[in-house]
Amino acid sequence: MKPAPFAYHRPRTLDEAVALLASEPDAKVMAGGQSLVPLLTMRLAGPATIVDVSAVEGLDTLAVDAEGVRVGAMVRHADVLASADVRRVQPLVSAALSHVAHPTIRNRGTTVGSIVHADAAAEMPVVLAVLGGSVDVVGGSGRRTIAAADLFLGLLESSLAPDEVATSAWFPALADDAGVGFAEIARRHGDYAMVGVAAHVDATAARVGYLSVNDVPTVVDVTGVDPADAGEAALAHLAPGGDVHASAAYRAQLVRVLTARVLREAHEHRQSRQGAA
Amino acid sequence: MTLSTDQQTGEDLYDVRLRVNGVVHDLRVPARRLLSDALRHDLGMTGTHVGCEHGVCGACTVLVDGRPARACLMFAVAAVEVDITTVEGLTHPDGSLGPVQQAFRECHGLQCGFCTPGFLTTITAGLEENPDPSHEEAREMIGGNLCRCTGYQNIVAAVERAAVLRREGQERP
Repeated sequence: MKPAPFAYHRPRTLDEAVALLASEPDAKVMAGGQSLVPLLTMRLAGPATIVDVSAVEGLDTLAVDAEGVRVGAMVRHADVLASADVRRVQPLVSAALSHVAHPTIRNRGTTVGSIVHADAAAEMPVVLAVLGGSVDVVGGSGRRTIAAADLFLGLLESSLAPDEVATSAWFPALADDAGVGFAEIARRHGDYAMVGVAAHVDATAARVGYLSVNDVPTVVDVTGVDPADAGEAALAHLAPGGDVHASAAYRAQLVRVLTARVLREAHEHRQSRQGAA
Repeated sequence: MTLSTDQQTGEDLYDVRLRVNGVVHDLRVPARRLLSDALRHDLGMTGTHVGCEHGVCGACTVLVDGRPARACLMFAVAAVEVDITTVEGLTHPDGSLGPVQQAFRECHGLQCGFCTPGFLTTITAGLEENPDPSHEEAREMIGGNLCRCTGYQNIVAAVERAAVLRREGQERP
C-alpha cells in the first residue's frame, strides 16, 4: 500500500516547527521516519500534515559529559552507537542500541524518535526508563522536561502534547558503584524482541526494565531479590501477552530466564568496574 | 519548495531536487511519494527494487551520503540536500562492473536477482567502513537483507571476494 495524501513541511528552526504544529490540525512530527513511514505505508497512521524536523538547526548534537549523555532529536542511532564516549559514560545505551533493528535502519532512525514513538517493543524507551532519564520538549506553552516515568502512557502513546516536539533525550551517567546489563530474545537478530530486559544495579537498589511484555516499557524494582527469583517476582507486575511470535507462557518463561541472566550480568559488570577503580 | 496541484487528483505537488549518482534531477511529486517510487517511476531508474515496502527486506536499499538507507522508508520530498547512490551508480565510469557487482558474478551471488540491488549497495558501504571483513563480519554485513533463492552462502563468499577485488583495484595505479 501507499501512504494517504498529506501536506509536508520542512522547517529550519524550532520556532517554525512549533508554530506549524500549533496551526496545523492533525500534524505529526517526523525525524528519521523509520517507524513512522511504515505506519503511513500500512495506513495505520494518516496524519493530515507531516512536520519533518530533519532540517531544523541545532537538533543534531550528541553531548557527553560526566553527568550523562544528551542526545539531540536528529542524532541517528548509528552515531550514538558509534560513540566511544557514550559507551564509556553510559554503557547500557550502547548495549541496547546494538539490538535496535539493523544497521541500515539505525543509519536513519533517531534515538529520540524511537523514545517518543513509545513502542513497548522498542529498546530505547526501556533504557531511558530503567536509567531514570528524561526527554526535553518544546511546544506552544514553552519548554519542559518530562521524566521517563511520566513519558509512556500507553501503546504508542507518549505524554507529549500534539503541539510539542522532543528536542533531546538525557541518559544519566553510570555511577562508579553501579552496573548494567541488557539481553533480548528475538526470532531473528534485528527483529522486534519477544522479550527484552535491561537491568541497573548499585549498592542499594536493583531495577529491571522490560520491553515487549506490557503495553508500555515497564520498570520493576527487584532490590534485595536473588537474581534467580527476580523474574518470578517481577511477573507480579507484568502481564505478558500471547501472539503469533510467542505464547504468553513462553514470554513469562523468557522473563524468568532473561531477568536472572541480565541481573547477574549487571552485578558482574558492577564488580568488574569496582575492581578496575 | 513550490506547491502546485495535480489537476486530476487535486493533490498538492512539491518541487523536489534530488541528486542521484551525481546527477541533479528536478521532479514534481506529491509529499507521499516514497523515494523508492520516485527513483523508479519518476526517474525511470528501475535498478532499485521494491520488495516488502516497509523496511524489512532490504531490496530497495540505496546509499544516502554513502550510508545504506531503505528507499521505501524515505519520502522523496525529504531526500533533498543529500547525495543518493543507487545500484546504477555502482558501476565504474566506463560502464564496467564495480568490485561488488563483479564479485557477485564470479561467486554466483544471485539467482533471480530481485534482492541483488539492495545487497550491492549495502555491501559497497559495508566494505567502505570495513575493507577486510572476517567471515563473521561478512555475514553480519548482510544481516539486514533478505534473499529467498541463494541460501546466502554465495553472497557471503561474494562479500569476501569483493573485498579482495576492491583492494586490488585500489592498488592499481
